[in-house]
Amino acid sequence: MSKADTTLLDVRAQFPCLDQKVHGKRLAYLDSAATALKPVYVIDAVAHHYTNESANIHRGVHHLSEKATAAFEAARETVRAHLNAAHAHEVIFTSGTTDSINLVAQSFGQLEIGKGDEILVTEMEHHSNIVPWQLLRERTGAVLRVAPITDNGDVDREAFRAALNERTKLVAFTAVSNALGTVNPVAELTREAHAAGASVLVDAAQAVPVQPIDVQALDCDFLAFSGHKVFGPTGIGVLYGKEGLLEAMPPVKGGGDMILSVTFEKTTYNALPHKFEAGTAHIAGAIGLGRALEFVRGLGYGAIEAHEATLLADALNALQSIDGLKLVGTPANRKGIISFLIDGIHPHDLGTILDQEGVAVRAGHHCAQPVMQHYGVAATARASFSIYNNHDDIDQLVAAIRKAQEIFR
Amino acid sequence: MSASDDLYQEVILDHSRNPRRYGCPLDHTHCAEGKNPLCGDEYQVYLTLDEEGVVRDASFEGAGCAISKASTSLMLEQLIGKHHEEVHALFETFHDMVTNPNGNHDAKELGKLAAFSGIWKFPSRVKCAILCWHAVRNALDGKTTASTE
Repeated sequence: MSKADTTLLDVRAQFPCLDQKVHGKRLAYLDSAATALKPVYVIDAVAHHYTNESANIHRGVHHLSEKATAAFEAARETVRAHLNAAHAHEVIFTSGTTDSINLVAQSFGQLEIGKGDEILVTEMEHHSNIVPWQLLRERTGAVLRVAPITDNGDVDREAFRAALNERTKLVAFTAVSNALGTVNPVAELTREAHAAGASVLVDAAQAVPVQPIDVQALDCDFLAFSGHKVFGPTGIGVLYGKEGLLEAMPPVKGGGDMILSVTFEKTTYNALPHKFEAGTAHIAGAIGLGRALEFVRGLGYGAIEAHEATLLADALNALQSIDGLKLVGTPANRKGIISFLIDGIHPHDLGTILDQEGVAVRAGHHCAQPVMQHYGVAATARASFSIYNNHDDIDQLVAAIRKAQEIFR
Repeated sequence: MSASDDLYQEVILDHSRNPRRYGCPLDHTHCAEGKNPLCGDEYQVYLTLDEEGVVRDASFEGAGCAISKASTSLMLEQLIGKHHEEVHALFETFHDMVTNPNGNHDAKELGKLAAFSGIWKFPSRVKCAILCWHAVRNALDGKTTASTE
């Protein structure tokens, strides 16, 4: 048993979803890049909220409302500390990464981006970091530019620098690619974007579960992530933004909680972060997310990264020993997300057969069709690893792939 | 026999490896696209009907999973000589078979297509099996794109 397994030895027991058979087989859950399983620690926190303090927040003077408000705001503080943001009010709760990016596209877009202004993304972005900018382009006449990737699956740094110019208003890129596993040099890309006078949005959906994030050290202007990929509930996410920018940006949703006073003549908006949180928030989700980040802190990113690096190396070795398997993307610096193809077997057929063997992988374009187009494929199979995976999962994956090859022999 | 073996029967593997009626004809009277944007499956089906409305030629080309390719290949083989009303009836029978385990479809009518009789156990794959059936129906109805998601 490897050291990494020892460090995270008890982790599997904390994820009740792992304790089941799928089609009569042990479950090898290798789809954490789509969504992570939830530990009891998080599930209990959500249940505790609904069981004991189910009340609306920021409104009631009654006991339950005060408890719920305190728990919700404590979760915000947990997120702040996790990201090392300067202020808790720089943490906006959203429904997820997609919602966070759309908020920036609408609000920052309205404030800063006009006809002919440029938004730069990379070729490896998830659709959620492409389509909001296309919508903004339609509204404003802005230009969407794309920094290409190399065949390894790294951002082409020279092309990235060449794409930056005085019209670039925003550079939006992922910290970790959901399709290729590439780890981008966020601080360096941010520095280059800033030097060109652009603001920076970081899609940290795949990064927060696997690596520490310090928004002040990175100096990014916005950072988005989802709760459900970091062992928290679905339907909750975060937009971090620098105070000065968020202060200047207009709200995009109107409603309760985001106002100070309303008359039919004039409405005064509430202060940050409430200005961007119209309507009743996903209170239990935020509380669950706070707990999920505490859980991650408890394990420690050092242990998480060590565990994942061991699994990744072993998985790459094991997969490359399979005849007819081709890796899609071989980035220099990567996390535990592996896209691959098997000769003569379409990824969807592979996914179905793997599922019958208890192995959960993703098959498809991973909401990153431009990446698929780069490699000239319609789809790939993707195995992604998390803290609860172990070497048995890799063995089961390899055996299941061999079974598929037998069927398609 | 495992569920995987049950799904990927020899006739399905055979037709996915060596699809029949594959290629773009010189001419046709009806044509439509079968597309699943979520999978990336993409096909074109071509039909030639005579004046009585009977299918005289049928072919397809494109790319996708074994299920969608084999289903299209097996389907087109059976459409030759069928009146377009019979094609619609066959669509209904096949649709019933792949979606409804309790249906009372006539397996004889489906011939080799009965290989797909167990696919209702794989709900995420039903759309693969039915993709080009929608394309054929759309082609006959004068529409040009079929999509299953």
